[in-house]
Amino acid sequence: MSGNGSIVAGCLAPHPPHLVYAENPPQNEPRAECGWEPLRWGYERLRAQLDQLDFDVLVVHSPHWQTYIGTHLLGVPDFKSLSVDPVFPNLFRFQYELSVDVELAEAIHDEGRDAGLVMKMMRNPDFRVDYGTIVSCHMSRPAWDKPIVGISSCRATSYYSVEVMQEQATELGRATLRAIEATGRKAVLLSSNSLSHRHFTTEAPVPEDMSREHIYHHGQYLWDMRMIELIRAGRSRELIDVMPEFIEQTVSEADAGSLAWLMGAMDFPDYGGELFGYGTVIGTGNAVVGWFPQRDGVAAGGGAS
Amino acid sequence: MTAPSFGPVRGFVVPGLPQPLLVPEQNEGWMRIRKAFEAAKEELHSCNADLILVYSTMWPSVVGHQIQANPEPEWVHVDELFHDLGSIPYRFPVDAEFAGAYCDAARARGLESRTVAYHGFPVDTGSVVALKLLNPDNALPACIVSSNMYADRAETIVLGKAARDALEQQGKRAAVVVVTSLSNRLFTDFIDPKEDRIHSRKDDEWNRKVLEFLGAGRLEDVAQLSREIHRQTRVKKVVNFKPMWWMASVMGQHNRYRGHVYDYAPIYGAGAAVVSLTPSEGGVGDKEFDEEDVEQYGGDRTVLNVEGDGGQGGSPASSSPSASPSTRDALGQEDGTTVNAGGDPKTQGAASHARRVGGLLHLAGIGPCLAGADAVPGGAIRDEQGVPQEYDVTAQTEAAIGNLRTMLEAAGSSLDAVVDVTAFLVDMDRDFAAYNEVYRKHFDNIQATRTTLSVSALPAPVAVEFKVIARAPGT
Repeated sequence: MSGNGSIVAGCLAPHPPHLVYAENPPQNEPRAECGWEPLRWGYERLRAQLDQLDFDVLVVHSPHWQTYIGTHLLGVPDFKSLSVDPVFPNLFRFQYELSVDVELAEAIHDEGRDAGLVMKMMRNPDFRVDYGTIVSCHMSRPAWDKPIVGISSCRATSYYSVEVMQEQATELGRATLRAIEATGRKAVLLSSNSLSHRHFTTEAPVPEDMSREHIYHHGQYLWDMRMIELIRAGRSRELIDVMPEFIEQTVSEADAGSLAWLMGAMDFPDYGGELFGYGTVIGTGNAVVGWFPQRDGVAAGGGAS
Repeated sequence: MTAPSFGPVRGFVVPGLPQPLLVPEQNEGWMRIRKAFEAAKEELHSCNADLILVYSTMWPSVVGHQIQANPEPEWVHVDELFHDLGSIPYRFPVDAEFAGAYCDAARARGLESRTVAYHGFPVDTGSVVALKLLNPDNALPACIVSSNMYADRAETIVLGKAARDALEQQGKRAAVVVVTSLSNRLFTDFIDPKEDRIHSRKDDEWNRKVLEFLGAGRLEDVAQLSREIHRQTRVKKVVNFKPMWWMASVMGQHNRYRGHVYDYAPIYGAGAAVVSLTPSEGGVGDKEFDEEDVEQYGGDRTVLNVEGDGGQGGSPASSSPSASPSTRDALGQEDGTTVNAGGDPKTQGAASHARRVGGLLHLAGIGPCLAGADAVPGGAIRDEQGVPQEYDVTAQTEAAIGNLRTMLEAAGSSLDAVVDVTAFLVDMDRDFAAYNEVYRKHFDNIQATRTTLSVSALPAPVAVEFKVIARAPGT
């Protein structure tokens, strides 16, 4: 394939393992009674939208593949293993089997490198795919019938600042778009991150006990709503402008660059993202959002801009 | 010095990056670190330890601390950053019994803690590297504890003390290993390994200063410098530089060690050193503490300062202690339930402050000390040498009744539900009037039965203590 590729949807697709746990898919060993339904139903609505689209690949940027030297991409065609969440191993022990669109991954690698970013392909077949990637992909496409491209989070926030991270991540997003266009892929992008991200430091004896679930503090909720309002209003540049403050105030997982990458790839959409659901998971704020350029705005990529 | 029958017998500081294990030949410094590991391995296996107790800065946790309890973890590990250096197959023995004891000890000191024993649990690169190089023949079992990403000094020190508790309880000797870089700034682009160096001159100078201290056996001094080390040489991946707090705490919070720096070298810009610390009679003992010691973890500080915030914020030990939600929900549900308000005042022995039996709550040992604090409101009645001190019994009685109220409310009950009180005074003649005035202020409308006894002493240096029976909630 070459040319005429496009992004058919961009999604904010958070990765709390609690959501997979509560869904009880056959791949996951622990079983739940219920839990986090507003978010899971949000994902259900997102999936229904994605089912309407014709696409080839899921491209996911994950905060839980942390690379302190550059951005890395999965570069092995197939992975099959067990993913155990290092933080919530009681909830998430997931047998995964997935394929990788290595050609697209290499194209993103090359575009990123040409744009001056530090890039690296991950070729080790023993590598274990991070649980953030798995959760976001599973909740968005539980059939696992599309190949993925897995992109690491380069921790520029830790080494420099949020502003530097945003510059790098948005550039990586543009490189991703160019690679998608050049390879002719129709791609769904997943930004695998929550919004506010201060966790509780205790866990309920029954993890799905929803009487114990709430936002960590009111300030986080106010910030989450502000960010969601900007998303819904299509004010994506403002979203990026306020992100340093948002990250500082809410310990946001957006510090990993996933959301900035998504905005860069989608050329800062001026149409609204559709909010499918918002909910808290162990105190963190999570929103499931989709941007649909061919439905709501100028098509991102595919020669439409 | 005679080897102790239990407790820490040796300390080691080692790096966790995989180069010395996988590709030492690529850089002269990486090879020196590899050889330093090999020398440290010999020392470790000659120190008569029963287990290797590992704290890895490369294993972050969120919900409290996690302790590896799988008896024999086995996997083929690949580092998420240096995956191109190769895979690391591992299988090593874990002292699961000790892991359980450590978890219990941590909880007893107010920490959130759990063991993890799942096939495929991702053991971090640092732990794998340390155990592969220090214990390649699996001659000793290990215990690995995580580094909580939110934890700061108090929590980390209490975690170290809990390890001491567990070693004592199990009667085991441990080689204590912290896996950490010194300065931790890696290069942000790939380098020719031959050109590796410490990222900056400043990082290098700080690393050498830290190693000078460790070489002199001044572990507690390094622990006291941890905040400054974090400010000066650490990329802010986590809230603070914690491994020295934990290690110093496990090893007894002093400077009486023989230190030996095996080697120091850069690994991709970060500072890597292999150091051993042997408990010693001599060494530098004239430490100055800039920060107070802590015995018990009082929970997270609430971010909103809202009473009853659901317990997730908790409260500082020095202010109103509050029950965690799990505590609240568990209270009063079954006979014999131990009541633990999370912020309970300390007990002096192997006893609970409160138990529910049938429709009654039995509370004992309720004195004036605040949760997680050694200080006595109104002043201790005697100093550490037993010399009597001036104290304020009014303040002590107020604090004790405040603790009683907290305990009862944590159990879903209240002061109004008190039916019987036994009060213990160490000086009836001096204190009764003032004590009684405070008591009447709180209990006049409750009209509980009361017995006030004069006793020669109480375990803590306090003047007043209560034993109380109250109605349980729902009765």
